[in-house]
Amino acid sequence: MLEELLFQLEMSAPQIVLGLVNGAFYALLSLGLAVIFGMLNVINFAHGAQFMMGAFVAWMLLNWLGIPYWGALVLSPLIVGAFGVVLERTMISRLYKLDHLYGLLLTFGLALIIEGVFRNQFGSSGLPYSPPAALTGAPIDLGFMMLPKYRVWVVVAAMVICLATWLVIEKTRLGAYLRAATENAPLVQAFGVNVPRMITLTYAAGVALAALAGVLAAPIYSVNPGMGSSFIITVFAVVVIGGMGSILGSVITGFGLGLVEGLTKVVYPEASATVIFVIMAIVLLARPAGLFGRA
Amino acid sequence: MTIDRRTLLGGAAAVPVLGALPWRSARAQANTLRLGVLTDMSGTYRDGSGPGSVAAVRQAVQDSGVAGRGINVEVLQGDHQNKPDVASTIARQWIDRDGVDVIIDVATSSCALAVHGVVKEKNRIMLNSTGATADLTGSVCNPNTIHWTYDTWMLANSTGGAMVKAGGDSWFFITADYAFGHALERDTSDVIKKAGGRVIGSVRHPFPGTTDFSSFLLQAQQSRAKVVGLANAGVDTINSVKQAAEFGLPRRQKLAVLLMIISDVHSLGLQTAQGLVLSETFYWDLNDRTRAFANKVKGAMGGAMPSMWQAGCYSAALHYLKAAAEMGVAQAKASGAETVTRMKAMPTDDDVFGPGSIRADGRKIHPSYLFEVKAPGESKGPWDYYKLVRTTPAEEAWRPLNEGGCSLVRT
Repeated sequence: MLEELLFQLEMSAPQIVLGLVNGAFYALLSLGLAVIFGMLNVINFAHGAQFMMGAFVAWMLLNWLGIPYWGALVLSPLIVGAFGVVLERTMISRLYKLDHLYGLLLTFGLALIIEGVFRNQFGSSGLPYSPPAALTGAPIDLGFMMLPKYRVWVVVAAMVICLATWLVIEKTRLGAYLRAATENAPLVQAFGVNVPRMITLTYAAGVALAALAGVLAAPIYSVNPGMGSSFIITVFAVVVIGGMGSILGSVITGFGLGLVEGLTKVVYPEASATVIFVIMAIVLLARPAGLFGRA
Repeated sequence: MTIDRRTLLGGAAAVPVLGALPWRSARAQANTLRLGVLTDMSGTYRDGSGPGSVAAVRQAVQDSGVAGRGINVEVLQGDHQNKPDVASTIARQWIDRDGVDVIIDVATSSCALAVHGVVKEKNRIMLNSTGATADLTGSVCNPNTIHWTYDTWMLANSTGGAMVKAGGDSWFFITADYAFGHALERDTSDVIKKAGGRVIGSVRHPFPGTTDFSSFLLQAQQSRAKVVGLANAGVDTINSVKQAAEFGLPRRQKLAVLLMIISDVHSLGLQTAQGLVLSETFYWDLNDRTRAFANKVKGAMGGAMPSMWQAGCYSAALHYLKAAAEMGVAQAKASGAETVTRMKAMPTDDDVFGPGSIRADGRKIHPSYLFEVKAPGESKGPWDYYKLVRTTPAEEAWRPLNEGGCSLVRT
């Protein structure tokens, strides 16, 4: 009995570690979604496409301009974020007064168009992108598994970014303005804060977070136009489970569901794509506002 | 707040429905043959099949010279999104409404099996190039389908057989959880067991939509099997190989890529793909005829060399048009099964596969090749990716006629 338990533990420990890595991506992506939804009340369906763009821009920077991974980590979110500014100014900002459905349809349509353009240009099977030299080489031996250095970096980077975002929103003056504007925008504007610009920049920041996750993902997954859409449905489930618009909720749920998914891959791998949605259904029945949301 | 969530979920549910919309409507005309290329135009198998398959079929129409004999040919295309229900809906619409005579390519075994049933019911034809399951000419064979380019039995025996011969006698499978993966795992397991090896375990990953294979690779590492067999394809295989390298799997175990084609190698890059052993029935740089064919079509494929899937579509369409021209359009359109019988009676010959034939069970016969992917230093130019390791002659490359369990074969 004890032996079997130990064996199970030996089998599960590595999966927990890997679950954290996937959870890091879920957390980063759902964080961006939560920021955008919390501030703009827009369900950003183009988030997956923007994640994909982040990875592609990193590839372009490397292959067309010779800018390596570390440069791309900064530049790619800025470039895709600027693209977000254009989207927000020219299209999304016109929909704030309408029902959520319009924002959803617009961003969903944008996602299809962006993916289609990239697919036409680069094909569907993806482009090679290697991890930076400092993070390649022999995997780290943890005793119970070999963990590639790059995956450790992903988890650490994601945690730092999540924490920083949370601190900015909860503990700084800028964050206070943001939160105040969510509650009552006209009042904040009356105090002399440029609310429309703040909203634009918030959208850009959410998009930049997606792009950053894309750069982090580029060396692990093949850089292909569909890489975002395979993530995004799961990430939406994460956001719903965590509670729409809740920053802390999306981060914790992101990592937590990564773990659950990882364990499912050992116990019953066929269900690993479904388990998150089963949890979502249960959470919606028991707590309709999500685990960390306010009804 | 509840509204938002509902809206969101409703939107997510609508995703698969869009894109399956009908493309065109036309009335069947007596002197026109209609070829429908039904495949994955937007997902994991797009680069190996997709628009390139359509370009290959158009090339076949041109090369067949049927226009000079007063026969009109129309080529239609459809995206089945790797969903069997979408595939059979489009197939039915094409046949019932648009008067399509032949459905070509049909990537993804589950979609191929669905269309296989539709063409039987409607007495039309499927010429399958990209779908892999050997069941098409085995347990569920029918008189309306020809399986053209390759199948899981061939892959299992060529790549799997070579790995077992090289000492890989214990295996762990990472399998795509649908008809194709199951068939490939089954056929390869048979080869392993026949040679005295054993299968230690397997894990099945959801298809499509799996991007992270690390959990599965880790289970493969823990199994301590000598060979890790990848019974998946397209982007799934690309991601598996990429992540296997990341986890250092090839240091202690051998990776068997049971289905990998040239567009996958192109996407992985030689640095990661070098040394992999794989099986194909077509490579652009095999001989003068294949080079001539590849140079002819690569312009229409955006400069990419044709894959065996796309090349197979060309070969299949060409042979069909030859047969239809001989029979006369009216007769060719009347009965799919009769046209297939005629195609089986005629020897095949084209630049892609050279001379060949079609068996009673619907299996197209030609040689298969075992290749090794070159190291970056060995490659002399773009798309120079393979070294030929071994040629399996046509007579040995395919499952023996009496072993498939096909009801069309009289024993």
